[in-house]
Amino acid sequence: MGKTFGIKALERASGQTGLVPGQIVDAYPDLYMSHTATWRCIKTLERMGDPDLFDKDRIAMVMDHISPAQTAKIAGDHRLSREFAERKGIKHFFDVNAGIAHVVLMENGLVKPGNLIIGTDSHSTIYGALGALGTGVGFSEITAAWVTGKLWMRVPESMRIEVTGPLPDGVYPKDVMLKLIGDLTADGATYLSVEFHGSWVSSLSTSERMTLCNLAMEMGAKNAFVPPDAETERYLLEHGVDMATVDPILPDADAEYRQRVDLDGSRLEPQIAVPHQVDNVVPISEVAGTKVDQVFIGSCANAKYDDLEIAASYLKGGHVAPGVRLIVTPASAEVMATAAANGIVTTLIEAGAMITNPGCGACAGSGGAMADGEVTLSTANRNFRGRMGSYESSIYLSSPAVAAASAVRGVITDPTSVLA
Amino acid sequence: MSTALSRRLGGPCIVFGDSVNTDVIIPGRYLVSIDPVELGTHAFEPLGPEVQAQLAKSPVVVAGKNFGCGSAREQAATCLIGVGVKAIVARSYSRVFFRNAINTGLVAVECPEAVDAIHGGEEVWVDYEAGTVTVGDDEFSFVPFPQVLREILEDGGLVEHLMKNFGKGQG
Repeated sequence: MGKTFGIKALERASGQTGLVPGQIVDAYPDLYMSHTATWRCIKTLERMGDPDLFDKDRIAMVMDHISPAQTAKIAGDHRLSREFAERKGIKHFFDVNAGIAHVVLMENGLVKPGNLIIGTDSHSTIYGALGALGTGVGFSEITAAWVTGKLWMRVPESMRIEVTGPLPDGVYPKDVMLKLIGDLTADGATYLSVEFHGSWVSSLSTSERMTLCNLAMEMGAKNAFVPPDAETERYLLEHGVDMATVDPILPDADAEYRQRVDLDGSRLEPQIAVPHQVDNVVPISEVAGTKVDQVFIGSCANAKYDDLEIAASYLKGGHVAPGVRLIVTPASAEVMATAAANGIVTTLIEAGAMITNPGCGACAGSGGAMADGEVTLSTANRNFRGRMGSYESSIYLSSPAVAAASAVRGVITDPTSVLA
Repeated sequence: MSTALSRRLGGPCIVFGDSVNTDVIIPGRYLVSIDPVELGTHAFEPLGPEVQAQLAKSPVVVAGKNFGCGSAREQAATCLIGVGVKAIVARSYSRVFFRNAINTGLVAVECPEAVDAIHGGEEVWVDYEAGTVTVGDDEFSFVPFPQVLREILEDGGLVEHLMKNFGKGQG
């Protein structure tokens, strides 16, 4: 019987062979990412007596969750991180201007096929878009990895998902993922390594693959994976990766999967996650017309260049509905610069959007709070109660196309009903 | 946080349903703190003061499936420690919450049979070495933790475990 990606990746990272699901191994990650939680790692390291670092070049820090600082306390946390990086010679330090950690690391060539990457963020599953095994951990574990270079990992069973395309007009990878999360539920893939396969998946850009792998977390996945291919190589070369340093891992054709899931995307309609769980998913026809007070186009799920371009196509020449706030937070400085150079930023501003600096923004509760009873339609990956302000407010999740069309109409709107 | 684990933990319990998420356990706005006691005052704040008051009197949290789903925030485990929770008994956990519980020294056991038997108001005791959950007169067993996880728990968490093995640090 052949091996899945998850088994092969942990065999490489642990230096062991013949691993079987359920086994617990010591694995040595290629990269340890900490975001705004970095200061907590530093405090933990101090508590341990400031031991030597295992390999400072595997440490990456990105100040993304609360940027720029909103309080003196947070400014102090940022300064602690900045000075620590300087003092220890940590070269992969990205400050408050950079954007969302996941996207920034990929844009900077720090994520390679076959890598094991841990991060203080549950959506670290996104690194599977480049064929890496990414998974979220707590800040104590990142600190432990700084010192020991390793962490315990359970060898996962795997789920194989095949999606048939092409998708109808107005339907996007986000809709595919919301449909899968709704069908499989919030714990449908718990502990599983989720592999996406098939010709539709192969046809996607790396950015679209990020949306798949990012959202796999919302069904509980340990990690997600798209097989690296020519598109992956294109992305890596574009972002300065020396292909001689790349050694991809592919699952065997006869690998054993605990579950196989097939989805016909060709007849899918746009999907919406309704409050307050991501697996509360309905087709848009069930909630079209719901009034929105705010629309947020942001997050590591859907604020990359193509997402902003799609949103702009629905907003060009139009205007956000009276009384609706449209917040657009590009995923990274690179995304924002490209969007500015190509006129996307101007289109969005002219349509009434407010553009914020790159970062997690309103998804992490940094700006964009709601009052009691208000509704936000968001392109992010979580709609938990109280995540954006009042505990008595509501978050719906959608694709950027639905978000933009809804901003124009002021109610949840099927993008196919609006001329793009 | 770093006190060694006692063998038998329990008392009155508070019961939750399925897929209790991290943002309900500890809202993101409080993650600027890592002090367990301070975090504990905000644990389950979105569910209101009555739930919080009951939590403060409940050393055992009982939950359905997928407890702690959502964010990787370690404070979802430490806030429970801070408010006085000694053990969690659930049908299942999200993987990152489970890791954070073990790594901060919070006993988190999977025991669906015990959850089925708990209706609220009972005392629930977890015997961590024996691998049992006691509900009233009934005893249920759970699969014991692998050795590596047990060592981390017994040392009071991952950082304490590493410090013990390094033989240095300031505690």
